[in-house]
Amino acid sequence: MSLSRRNFIKGVIAGGAVASSAAYLFRGAGSLLGQSSVERLLTLTVNGQTRRVDVLKQETLAMTLRYKLGLTGTKLGCDRAECGACTVLIDEVPHYSCSVLTHMVRGRRIVTIEGLEGPGGVLHPVQRGVVDEQGFQCAFCLPGFVMAAVGFLKTNPTPTREELAHGISGNLCRCQDYDKILTALMRGAEYMRRS
Amino acid sequence: MAVIRDVMPAFELFQPTSVEDAQAVLNRYGADAWVLAGGLDSLDWLKDRIKRPQAVVDLGAIAALKGIRPWQGGLEIGAMTTLTEVVRHPVVREEYSILLEAAEAAASPQIRNQGTIGGNVSQDTRCWYYRAGWPCYRAGGNICYADTPEAINREHAILGADRCVAVNPSDTAPALVALDAQMVIRAADGGERVVAAEDYFVGPDINITRMTILEPGDILTAIRLPRTWAGAQFYFEKIRDRQVWDFALVSVASAMVLNGSMIERIRLAVNGVAARPLRLRAVEALVAGRPRNEATAVVAANLAIEGAQPLRFNAYKVPLMRNLVKRAIRGVEAATWTS
Repeated sequence: MSLSRRNFIKGVIAGGAVASSAAYLFRGAGSLLGQSSVERLLTLTVNGQTRRVDVLKQETLAMTLRYKLGLTGTKLGCDRAECGACTVLIDEVPHYSCSVLTHMVRGRRIVTIEGLEGPGGVLHPVQRGVVDEQGFQCAFCLPGFVMAAVGFLKTNPTPTREELAHGISGNLCRCQDYDKILTALMRGAEYMRRS
Repeated sequence: MAVIRDVMPAFELFQPTSVEDAQAVLNRYGADAWVLAGGLDSLDWLKDRIKRPQAVVDLGAIAALKGIRPWQGGLEIGAMTTLTEVVRHPVVREEYSILLEAAEAAASPQIRNQGTIGGNVSQDTRCWYYRAGWPCYRAGGNICYADTPEAINREHAILGADRCVAVNPSDTAPALVALDAQMVIRAADGGERVVAAEDYFVGPDINITRMTILEPGDILTAIRLPRTWAGAQFYFEKIRDRQVWDFALVSVASAMVLNGSMIERIRLAVNGVAARPLRLRAVEALVAGRPRNEATAVVAANLAIEGAQPLRFNAYKVPLMRNLVKRAIRGVEAATWTS
């Protein structure tokens, strides 16, 4: 197996998480709720998998996804709920993961861009729409746009172009490629209705 | 411009499941505690290191604070109900559509999915001097950096300023004032009190360091919409630079009941012009009993801006407010002043 830089970094991160959760085990167990502070070791449901992870109390979901779970498809743009690059689905609803504390999503279903593909790596219809229409320029904002669109299409599977534009209005594209992005996501909506 | 640092400074995090438990923690930590609703205003303060609480109390696990229920012919909205839930509620849509419009005008879709109505009305001002951590009046100091000859104050107050010239940023606040909403507050000692939305918000003349009457340890638990203005003729408009994210430069909300072409009764509020949403009582008294026409709208709009004192860069808010008040009475067909 070749040791890529990315896999090496992921390995180091995972090792750190294991070491710090081992330290946790020797602390007394307290109540998760009520009047005592939360415990750091928690269980998350991410992309259908159960993940045990050691999370700081002040840690945002974007940080946990990227730097503890290695899910770097979720991007950090502004870290202030002002750009949409970090959009993920929480219980099927789009949220800015930079502005959610990881402890706030305990027990909820999180889906990131990595969790959209079907069995055997088949792309999600919205992803296929993006590929077919070549919807993005630099594509840093792509995962956020796609997650926002997938979430919006769950509430309105047959949007007009204007409705879809409103639905994904919480995402910014620094390349100003909005017209092509909308065309690609409209194509994705069409593929979703057909699938 | 916000700077990304790796992680916020540490704090203790509490996730109580009852209001009683939340208040026990708040009382224990006193001024070092921070109440977290949706988190969108809060996390900015914490990430920027301007506010450094020891304990953060997340209200998200308290089921009693969520949801929309019937209440005495009207509605009771739990303070932790998201703006999206408010927008989608059938009774809000049918009877209180002004609140739907106001909530839908807030921020962006993702923020409305997470931001709560309690947080929306209780959020802090957007004055950038204050939010950048300058030691101004509102932060406990003795100067207003936004009201100096060099200050950039395009988005600041034109009415009711008293040392501090910050404005209230909430979109739902003027709609709730127009609907005569009642705010249910659980006090730190466990007692409950109910105040009119109009009195929930405070200006610097009452408390220069706070936007609402909430004292440390108090929790806003619910917002009640009485029947009084259900199904009235509503007008809401929010003017902002961008159609997403931006806070109002000026917004207006009115609820009106007509008798033929006569205005039988009206409630009217503007936001973005003062430290709290202003209910325009004098205008309401003036137009009640008058026909709903251009002449009435003109005198009302002129009365509304009486006493306005613009700063160096926000004089545009005076004609803006004048036009919005006029439209709130006459509708969008009202002729527009250009200065």
